[in-house]
Amino acid sequence: MAQSDMHQQRRGRNYALGAFLLALVVIFFVVTIVKMKGAG
Amino acid sequence: MTDIGLQRETAPFGAVAAGEPAAGDYIALLKPRVMSLVVFTALVGIVVAPGQIHPLIGAVALFFIALGAGASGALNMWWDADIDARMARTASRPVPQGRIAPREALGFGLALAVCAVACLGLLVNLAAAALLAFTIFFYAVIYTIWLKRRTPQNIVIGGAAGAFPPMIGWAAVTGDIGWGAIALFAVIFLWTPPHFWALSLVKAGEYARAGVPMLPVVAGPEETRRQILLYSWILVPATFAPLLAGVGGTAYLAAAGALGVVFLVLAHALHRTSTDRAAMRLFGFSILYLFLLFAVLLGEALVAQL
Repeated sequence: MAQSDMHQQRRGRNYALGAFLLALVVIFFVVTIVKMKGAG
Repeated sequence: MTDIGLQRETAPFGAVAAGEPAAGDYIALLKPRVMSLVVFTALVGIVVAPGQIHPLIGAVALFFIALGAGASGALNMWWDADIDARMARTASRPVPQGRIAPREALGFGLALAVCAVACLGLLVNLAAAALLAFTIFFYAVIYTIWLKRRTPQNIVIGGAAGAFPPMIGWAAVTGDIGWGAIALFAVIFLWTPPHFWALSLVKAGEYARAGVPMLPVVAGPEETRRQILLYSWILVPATFAPLLAGVGGTAYLAAAGALGVVFLVLAHALHRTSTDRAAMRLFGFSILYLFLLFAVLLGEALVAQL
C-alpha cells in the first residue's frame, strides 16, 4: 500500500473517531440539560 | 488448550492486517444489518413499555443499544474469523480478508462494549445497562465462543441474544422487566430456530466445510425440517402471548393470526417438499413475519399515544 493511501485511510479513521467522541460529548451535554429540567 | 485454540493459532489470516483498515471496515465489523433489526425491536420495546421516557433519552438508549449490538458483532467476527474465511457468505468480512487484524477487532469490540454499557447506565438506567452487558456477554461468550462450534442447539440457546433488545428497550423506560418484555423476548427467541434452520438447510454444505455443527449437518435435512415444523407450531401460539401481557390490540391479534397461518403453511410446505426453494421461501417470509408483527405493535402503540 502506498504511503499516501495509508495516510488517507488513517486520516479517515481519525475523523470517524473524532466524530464519535464529539457525538458522545454532545449526547452527554444534551441529556444533562434534559435531566436538569426534570424530564428524564 | 482446546482444538479450537489450535485451529485459531494456525489460521491463515494471522495476527497482523495487510494494510491500513478504512473506516468502512470498522463499520462492517458492527454488522449493520443485524444492528438495524436490534434497533427496530428495541424501539418497539421502548414504545410499548408502560410509562414515559423523554424522546431524547429514548433515542440515546437506542443509540447505545445499537452500539452494544455492534460490539457483539465485532467480538463475533474476531472469534469466528477462521470459519468466516471458509464460508462464501462471510469470507469478505474485514478480518478474514486481512483488512483488520483479529487483535484489533477484539480491542474495537471490547472498547465499544464498555462504552455502550457505561453510557447506557449513566444516561438511561442501570437495569437497561445490566441487560445490555448480559446480552453482549451472551452473544460473544455463550453463543459465539461456547455453543456455536459445539452443539446443533447453538442457535436455539444463542437465539436468546437476539431476543434481548426489546427487553432492554422496555427496561430503559420502566427500569425493570415486565411480562410484556418477557413475551416479546419469547416471540424472537422461538422465531430464531425456524428462521436460521431454514437458511442452514440451504447452506448446510458451507456449514459442514466450516466445521459448524448446524442441525442439518449433524442430524440431516429431514430432522431439521421436522424441528422447523415443531418450532413453528410453538412460535405461532407464542406470538399471542404479548396480548395476555397487555401489549398489542386488535390489529396485532389479526396480524399474529393471519401471519401465523402463512408461517405454518410455509413450514408444512417445507416439511413436505424438501426443496431449497421452499426453505428460502420460509426464510424470506420469516424476516417479513417478525418485522410485520413488531411493526404492528409499534403502530398500535403510537396510535394509542396520539
